Amino acid sequence: MTEVAQKKVASALAPLQLSGEHHLCPGCGHPVAWRILLEAISELGLEQRAIGVVGHGCYTNIVQLADIDFLQCLHGRAPAVATGVKRVHPDAAVFTLQGDGDVASEGLAEVLHTAARAERITTIMLNNGVFGDTGGQMTAASVVGQRTKTSLDGRDAETHGHPVPVAELVAALAGSAYVARGSVNNAGSIAKSKRYLKRALELSAAGAGFTFVEILTMCPTGWFLPTAEGPGYLEGTFEQTYPLGVLKDGPR
Amino acid sequence: MTLTRGTVEIDTERCKGCELCIAACRPGVLVMSEETNHQGYRFPLLEPGCTACRACRDVCPDYCFEVFRFDQAMEV
Amino acid sequence: MPAQLLQGSDAVARSAIEAGCRFFAGYPMLPFTDLLEAMARLMPGAGGVCMNAETEIEAVNMALGAGAAGARAATGSCGQGIALMQEAIAEAALNEVPFVVFNMARGQQDYFQATRGGGWGDYRTICLAPKDVNEAVEHTQLLFHLADLYRAPVMMYGDYLIGHTYMSVDMQRRDYGPLPPKDWALDGRRGGTGASRQIWTWAMGKANDPGPGPDLHWQRIAAKFEDVARAEQRWESELCDDADTVVVSFGSAGPFVSQVVAELRADGLRVGAFRPVSLWPFPETALAEACASARQVLVFEVNAGQMIDDVRLSVGHRVPVRPLGRVSIDFSGMRQGEILTVPWIRERVRAAMNETVMG
Repeated sequence: MTEVAQKKVASALAPLQLSGEHHLCPGCGHPVAWRILLEAISELGLEQRAIGVVGHGCYTNIVQLADIDFLQCLHGRAPAVATGVKRVHPDAAVFTLQGDGDVASEGLAEVLHTAARAERITTIMLNNGVFGDTGGQMTAASVVGQRTKTSLDGRDAETHGHPVPVAELVAALAGSAYVARGSVNNAGSIAKSKRYLKRALELSAAGAGFTFVEILTMCPTGWFLPTAEGPGYLEGTFEQTYPLGVLKDGPR
Repeated sequence: MTLTRGTVEIDTERCKGCELCIAACRPGVLVMSEETNHQGYRFPLLEPGCTACRACRDVCPDYCFEVFRFDQAMEV
Repeated sequence: MPAQLLQGSDAVARSAIEAGCRFFAGYPMLPFTDLLEAMARLMPGAGGVCMNAETEIEAVNMALGAGAAGARAATGSCGQGIALMQEAIAEAALNEVPFVVFNMARGQQDYFQATRGGGWGDYRTICLAPKDVNEAVEHTQLLFHLADLYRAPVMMYGDYLIGHTYMSVDMQRRDYGPLPPKDWALDGRRGGTGASRQIWTWAMGKANDPGPGPDLHWQRIAAKFEDVARAEQRWESELCDDADTVVVSFGSAGPFVSQVVAELRADGLRVGAFRPVSLWPFPETALAEACASARQVLVFEVNAGQMIDDVRLSVGHRVPVRPLGRVSIDFSGMRQGEILTVPWIRERVRAAMNETVMG
């Protein structure tokens, strides 16, 4: 075959990714979220201003794969740590990367107080409704009906109560300037989530206030599902409890 | 022969066989292999008809795809 | 700079600012509250930040973040509040982030908490216990130096008397010598250069620059604390060379015991005083030497007996070690209670000396 004239339109890794090697499960949505986050930082030209504070979860691995100043902190405490970082470097683009266990369970006080204080940072919450890296237990964000290792017959409101809608709570606080919820279960939603990330990072770096992006991600292992059924389960189950879209853009 | 606008390079050894790319491929020209890679996973193979839309690359959690668009679409 | 008459909390806040502290975060809890209020008043004028944190857990993690970003940072609380901070103090010891914790304790009941820690993993915390406002001003600046020197969180064990008495203090900046630059501190500027930084208790490093990993990292930190234990022992010893009885006390109990020793010496009794200034590392060598000729060691502390464990570890079984204090909480719960008076201590030292058949 003669040499075909072609142009690369997409490379596997984002510019800030040092490696694509990771040990997250097949079909996990987190690595997709990692990449659009790092692409957003590059495309906003924030590489040499970005400081990330990362909680505990399957996503923690990003601190090894990304060429960004990262601090891996205690479970749930990222928004408080990021506050200290931001107050010392007001011109840095400070963000936290956490999971639903890190935010909705362990660190709910931290994220709400930080939002109320209008700290000029961005919190990104990857929400798959389970504690992934401890094997799939229920979190405060697990949806009603969701089977987990600690709700094998499905979360039921009577005994396990209801999921905490963190994005809605953050949006209700005057200190938050932008709140959006996306997902990574198909190419279209991935592109939209990346736009939400860029907007959120841009606004906090510009000092508009606290910004928050929740990204629903697949966890087939934690959902006891074949990998190919992850995207559909996310849409059919999670998106009913967590509607996608921009919840807040500007003062309210 | 099928009109093909581009192609992908697939790192079949890094693939963990999640098959998310199969459903994401708009022209439906990705199919899972029969043989397995060193990790024991089956992996995607590209058939003619790729439109270089990069959906496979975007959804892949293991970063297996590099996407190329031909200067000239051609029949393959 | 002329001496100033200042309340302890105010003096400590000014001394911290003099040492270059530009970030403070705290949550109210007496007797720490006065230090938080002083910082809220003074920090903005010094170009710094004082955060009125919504929980102690957030306060100490804010300080951790500020320290990780390269600032001289501090937090503080007492009792229950310090208990809430233990997780982050341990974390900072193991990810090597420096900051100062002002433990303005309620009496001396928190000696174990301050010296044994309640966090996780193999870590120690340098803890200095000033006897008065002047020494507190000194320790404040020394602690910021030690925190940066050893890249670890450190603690002052103060109390109501340190925070509330007034003293004439000399506020100028102390210089403890040069420190290496904080090139490990996060500022975002190395993103995308292939040399970005990472702060992580597991120290796994990055794909292009793998770290030692937890095993080697934590072994190195354990070795570091061994070095600190040898290098940073501080104490004050008074009239112990020929003493039959040595009275050991710490913090603001020290001046009371010194007065008792002076009065009993005037009566011809051979008694000495030893005061650990660093609660960790405990000055075991110096205490053993101070008690070389002693026939008994009395430990005066306002609690059910905590530092006495460290005294016994230091002097071994060579000489009897007996507690002198007890739990003693006054109505407000802030002060040391009724036993912290010269007459109360003096009579018990005298009684203990009479009981022991001398010579």
